[in-house]
Amino acid sequence: MSDKRITVADVVAELRDGMTIGIGGWGSRRKPMAIVYEILRSPLKELTIVSYGGPDVGMLCAAGKVRKAIYGFVSLDSIPLEPQFRAARQSGAIEAVELDEGMLQWGLYAASLRLPFLPTRAGLGSDVERVNPWLRRVKSPYDDGEELVAMKAIELDVALVHMNRADAAGNGQFLGADLFFDDLFCMAAKKRFMSCEKIVATSELLRQASVHTLRIHRGMIDGVVEAPRGAAFTSCEPDYDRDEALQKEYATTPWSDFFAKHVATARAATAKEGA
Amino acid sequence: MNDYTLAELCAVACAEAWRGDGEILASPIGTIPMIGARLAKATFAPDLLMTDGVASLVANVHAVGAPPSARVVEGWMPYRAIFDLVWSGRRHVMMGASQIDRFGNQNIACIGDFAKPKSQLLGARGAPGNTINHTTSYWVPQHSTRAFVPKVDFVSGVGYDRAAKLGTSARFHAIRRVVTDKAVLDFGSPDHAMRLVSVHPGVTVEEVVKNTGFALVIDDVVETRAPTAEELRLIREVIDPNGLGKKELAR
Repeated sequence: MSDKRITVADVVAELRDGMTIGIGGWGSRRKPMAIVYEILRSPLKELTIVSYGGPDVGMLCAAGKVRKAIYGFVSLDSIPLEPQFRAARQSGAIEAVELDEGMLQWGLYAASLRLPFLPTRAGLGSDVERVNPWLRRVKSPYDDGEELVAMKAIELDVALVHMNRADAAGNGQFLGADLFFDDLFCMAAKKRFMSCEKIVATSELLRQASVHTLRIHRGMIDGVVEAPRGAAFTSCEPDYDRDEALQKEYATTPWSDFFAKHVATARAATAKEGA
Repeated sequence: MNDYTLAELCAVACAEAWRGDGEILASPIGTIPMIGARLAKATFAPDLLMTDGVASLVANVHAVGAPPSARVVEGWMPYRAIFDLVWSGRRHVMMGASQIDRFGNQNIACIGDFAKPKSQLLGARGAPGNTINHTTSYWVPQHSTRAFVPKVDFVSGVGYDRAAKLGTSARFHAIRRVVTDKAVLDFGSPDHAMRLVSVHPGVTVEEVVKNTGFALVIDDVVETRAPTAEELRLIREVIDPNGLGKKELAR
């Protein structure tokens, strides 16, 4: 098995202006923030971001990195409305592709399975159809003839996810209660990068928890970054809860101040050490 | 009779939404709907499935805002399993509504033009998929013409007029009831326009009409039923001992 350990800088070196980047996690939960911070410090621009959105989307919007956002919602959970995302939307700074949460899952799943679309009832009759005129319907070819939304595959150039544990080969482990849709983000992407709290020996993975937690295997990952507290301030249970104080600071201070204080200075690179 | 608060009355009115639903997932969004759903489960709808809002199904009826240690977990319900349940129809959600219209079209996405909204709200979230797949109810803590509008700015949750145009594709669409701080409403009129079912004690029909931005169907309006002594005991001792429900109305 090849050693896939890299740094956040190595990840960002793989990214290009205009790419479509899917970000795992959900709201303000288990977001790959160490990698997001490195993107914020980079000159990257014109990105299309696909996410069950939280501060990842808000910060990338605030930093002027986003041309288009594809999302079902953008929320900080304990602070329901994401202030930087709202500002970007309300100033017309970004193009918005707003979908039902399930449609987003279906789009990623379709891309994962190399299908052009997957049918669903979700979206029918709602303004998701009105504001996304590229969405088409499909008629069941069977006797029922039912009309459904043909949710188009959302193909990603890159997926970024954060796990609790991983090994150097890129086998990832989630120890919290929900994987969210991180596997689908990885399956839908050409390049897949995973940060984790700690890189451990492969033989250590099952000492932590059952085999059911090994949902991201090395065939789904191109590079793994050890980034302790790499999801903060979002939650990364059971390793740590959301840093509500820091989230509140983010939500209530001007972006330039928050950036200068918490983002501008890169944390020490941790690649090729440990394990 | 019993003394009760408006929050307690509203919680009971929310609980009634799940009466007769059987062994499906009850998904209350908001504090008073949560108190209501737990009350329904503790009394007349014991088979309801409920999550902790994270990824577990919780067997026992515990207090809102209680720590995870108060839960007896009976199953695993990550978001993916919830989406599957949504699409299977075995769920009844009670959502909020920043705006709602005469046929139950609901908006939680944005105020103003979508391209450059005056106010960006949550986004469509699961509302399109919920409303087209299973029973939906709504909770509006402040009954006003701001929320009850002639036309919503964005249709997140699908209403009856739009569902009718979809034909058989909308055969699972159903909006059970709308609970507010003033009244209970449903869509039981012949063309599924919103109908005033009951006004809360002390509220007049005129007051509800004045705070609604479209014509309601009004025929036999009764008074919203008061909580029973046992319901009040459950709310105060078991489900909401810290009075969190009241805060949702104060906003």
